[in-house]
Amino acid sequence: MSAIFTLSILQSALELGCIYSLVALALFISFSILNIADLSTDGCFTLGCAVGAMVTLSGHPFLALFAAMGAGICSGFITAFLQTRMGVPSILAGIIVNTGLYTVNIAVMGFSSNVNLFACDTIFSLAKDKTASPWYDSWYKFLIVLAIVLVIGIILSWFLNTRLGLSIRATGDNEHMVRASSINPLFMITVGLCAANALTALSGAILGQYQKSCDINLGTGMVTIALASLIIGETIIGKGSMLKKVIGVVLGSCLYRFIVALALRLNVPAEALKLVSAMIVAIAISFPYLKEKSHFYKMRSHNPGIYRKEGNANVSH
Amino acid sequence: MLVIDSVSKTFHPGTVNEKKALDQVSLSLADGDFATIVGSNGAGKSTLFNAITGSFYVDEGRIILGGEDITYCKEHTRSKVIGHLFQDPLKGTAPHMTIEENMALAYLRASTSRHAYFSRISTNEKEKFREQLSLLDMGLEDRMKQPVGLLSGGQRQALTLLMATMVTPRILLLDEHTAALDPATADKVLALTEKIIAERNITCLMVTHNMHQALSLGNRTLMMDDGHIVFHVSGEERKKLSINDLLEQFRIHVGKQLDNDRILLSK
Repeated sequence: MSAIFTLSILQSALELGCIYSLVALALFISFSILNIADLSTDGCFTLGCAVGAMVTLSGHPFLALFAAMGAGICSGFITAFLQTRMGVPSILAGIIVNTGLYTVNIAVMGFSSNVNLFACDTIFSLAKDKTASPWYDSWYKFLIVLAIVLVIGIILSWFLNTRLGLSIRATGDNEHMVRASSINPLFMITVGLCAANALTALSGAILGQYQKSCDINLGTGMVTIALASLIIGETIIGKGSMLKKVIGVVLGSCLYRFIVALALRLNVPAEALKLVSAMIVAIAISFPYLKEKSHFYKMRSHNPGIYRKEGNANVSH
Repeated sequence: MLVIDSVSKTFHPGTVNEKKALDQVSLSLADGDFATIVGSNGAGKSTLFNAITGSFYVDEGRIILGGEDITYCKEHTRSKVIGHLFQDPLKGTAPHMTIEENMALAYLRASTSRHAYFSRISTNEKEKFREQLSLLDMGLEDRMKQPVGLLSGGQRQALTLLMATMVTPRILLLDEHTAALDPATADKVLALTEKIIAERNITCLMVTHNMHQALSLGNRTLMMDDGHIVFHVSGEERKKLSINDLLEQFRIHVGKQLDNDRILLSK
């Protein structure tokens, strides 16, 4: 039997893990920090991919990344506007924006449901063949996404320790405190959601250039996948500084990709992949709870009930 | 410092739950005044505080703080100059953030420039926070990197007090802030409160259910019932008042005995 993990599987898991880790980082901001379930993630991911693809097609693969982030910020702003200024409940605001984005995405792609980028330069094709080293040839894609994730990770962990970042974290942590300490929670939610959606859209744009195509259904289920990565990351890293948590989220995302790759390797049919994803998410989310439970059962079995023990003692004497 | 001019507030108007929480309440506090407020549950004490902090806008009347009309100011703008402590020690601090980060947020009130948004906590500030924490005498100055969620209720309330007064507020609102603490910790937090207020001459309003505190702390005592201030005493007259006199006043104005064990049993 051949090894379960070949180098190429490891490689693509790392590449995809890094790309998708940006969405997980976005959910880290909205879900973990702001305590808001942002369900516009699916649509925003496709939006980033669509905008990125169109700008790439016109010959600006680098500009595409920034354009996608700009589009993500707009989408995040609308979600935030609905919930902070229009009184729409946060989950509903995400669903509404997500629904609207479907049409926007189709329109961005020129009223077609997919776009391919095989004929034009991408950030990956531009970096190809820069050196003769075979090592670079096989790893350049990973190096590019790793560099992007590093930059984003460093900026994010720096940002979350600035006063604006602290205020955003406090907004999700204790609403009473925030209101009593001159922080405008509405502004903080807006900034947080804009930042989160910028990352989601950036991830979409990179994925579009990576697989050289964009499809209207690309983002479906993205929120589940990102949530799985986020929770795997939080489970393996636990408590710690913001930088540590950010690293955990990226690791979680890569680990998730490994699990998916493993599932594919074990001949799970491609159609069943969404089911596998859902199961991984369910397991990842319930894992911390089950761990605590098992700790309790272990404690109980190691320290048998005092009543029973005393009862036995009475009988024997 | 604080002028409340015939303020009224009705909750759920036009429904069966209609409740006139504040009815033409007027109150004026001079600079450095420290007034205690007593009254049974539902008398409007917390509603009065919430009207001052801006949790809701009042239906009629004016609220003037430090010469500035804040009746229609937004809550987060007002809180720049208002310190507010709740009964629940968990409300005043962010549990998943460190002591240092919580204090940095409180300190944010001092800065008016927008540049401050992207600044981080400086070594200078850390030193300053450490100094202030050491005044609490709770050993918190050595735990600045720990999340606040690990602290006890008393420690959290002391920290909240420190944060609320880090930038001297125009008015400090204390909503039974020691009621949820054990007696020893409550005494400690209360002593600290008195010390900070006296040192910096902070204008203060304090809700209490403890009749002894109501008379011994500060320079004025107010009694509220059903959205009105029914009794008001200060100066010499207040010094002569005993707890029994105050309970008698309560019976006269409210028309019933105080039936709260906490009030009757406290000395």
